[in-house]
Amino acid sequence: MTIKEVQDNIIEEFSLFDDWMDKYNLLIDLGKELPVIDPKFKVKDFLIEGCQSKVWLHPDYDGKQITFTADSDAIITRGIVALLIKVLSNRSPDEIIATDLYFIDKIGLRQNLSPTRSNGLLSMVRQMKLYAMAYNAKNK
Amino acid sequence: MKDISEIRADFPILGRKVYGKPLVYFDNGATTQKPQCVLDAVDEVYRTYNGNIHRGVHYLSDMSSEAYENARENVRSFLNAEKREEVIFTSGTTGSINGIAFSFGERYINSGDEIILTCLEHHANIVPWQMMCERKGASLKVIPVNDNGEIILEEYYKLLSVRTKLVSVTQASNALGTVLPLKEIISAAHSQNVPVLIDGAQGIQHGIVDLQTMDCDFYVFSGHKIYGPNGIGILYGKEKWLTELPPFQGGGDMVDKVTFEKITYNELPFKFEAGTMNYPAAIGLASALDYVSSIGREDIAKREKELLAYANERLSAIKEVIIFGKSDKKISTISFHIKDIHQYDTGMILDKMGIAVRTGTHCAQPIMDRYGIDGTVRASMCFYNTKEEIDILAEGIEKVKSMFA
Repeated sequence: MTIKEVQDNIIEEFSLFDDWMDKYNLLIDLGKELPVIDPKFKVKDFLIEGCQSKVWLHPDYDGKQITFTADSDAIITRGIVALLIKVLSNRSPDEIIATDLYFIDKIGLRQNLSPTRSNGLLSMVRQMKLYAMAYNAKNK
Repeated sequence: MKDISEIRADFPILGRKVYGKPLVYFDNGATTQKPQCVLDAVDEVYRTYNGNIHRGVHYLSDMSSEAYENARENVRSFLNAEKREEVIFTSGTTGSINGIAFSFGERYINSGDEIILTCLEHHANIVPWQMMCERKGASLKVIPVNDNGEIILEEYYKLLSVRTKLVSVTQASNALGTVLPLKEIISAAHSQNVPVLIDGAQGIQHGIVDLQTMDCDFYVFSGHKIYGPNGIGILYGKEKWLTELPPFQGGGDMVDKVTFEKITYNELPFKFEAGTMNYPAAIGLASALDYVSSIGREDIAKREKELLAYANERLSAIKEVIIFGKSDKKISTISFHIKDIHQYDTGMILDKMGIAVRTGTHCAQPIMDRYGIDGTVRASMCFYNTKEEIDILAEGIEKVKSMFA
């Protein structure tokens, strides 16, 4: 699937629910499905600290694609982390850099990526793109 | 006292809904909502008599200046300060403390000197002192707290020494709600000729503050936390200090004579009010203080005590709820965790139920570290809240539990 298709699928999945609690329940379930990050990467080097919640993010680059694993101490944040991983993991650095993450807005979670929320998510997106840029630079 | 439905009707925003549910506003520690009279007072300035203060010869400027100076007198009377010259308008608590930390540091602090704070301080009463200490080679000494979140006075007495140049403590903890023993703190400092600054950001709105009885040297608070507009705050200082301290900002209105070689400063209080002050907000603050007085500060305190007792009862009955800060003397703030559930998750679900709480470290990381936690959920109530709203919070907590179980 392309990044666009993955995003559109997420939007469709969330559109089934009108009620906020159902959307959050879905996020909670998604959080549970998040591939477990190796505990050895849950250290300061991979920590993205927010005032509200913490996110750990680890990149693994095989020369073609970056595979991200991640975690958060808050479950709803972990659910959104899972969505971001779904969209941006196992992609080439070029794809990651070029991606416009429109799904977040469409499923009504925009506040969660606002700079004032300080839950680690906005920094996580920035960090994913930074890793992609760094690997790209290394390739060239 | 007015009945609760009349009080709530004074605050237009309390009638609104969020996500289709009635708003339950429990974030009063962050900012309070505004009664209609405050909205009207600010609106009236801009609509009918806006003119820059202390500068014009014209009618509007005179009207604004007079209303601004009346507001100062109003604040003086509300605080029972001795003189109106002791009441300085600032941008808020943070602005007030930064100002004093700068001026006091410049005038009195040398290498090796010490400032005493408590472990309960908001960052606004930590960072300005740290910045000053770095500049001057001074250091901070911190009064620890016990498990109930109360400061340990014996430790404070031990910290007081010839090196102590100032004690700066909060009136009440924003994160836990603990009310501090100001009488003991101030008298011990004064017995050694050490001045005391009280951060009243979480104190002024919850009861009577009488500065002549309290006898602190500086008292600061924010307008927006006592039902007034944002962007206005107070720095009270005893005249003898304000006379000796240099200004913390330079600009218009604060000077007497300016040549490029020399300046002489204006008299108090203008010496500390450089540039165009936020006079519409000052006028709005005066209206807020009038409103609080009209409700009655003793009645407000009594009502908030009842709300706190009820919230304690309802929340303690939920066995997964862990309350932080168990002092007998608290403002109507309750800080808690639900066992094994992250505070951010709790806050997000409560939000969707229309309940506004604050989550996180509340800009008070030292006290979070003291408990070894990285944040709490804080419900900060005030006199316009109701027991029914506390019931909704308790139901919300049950809902959170069921979702994250």
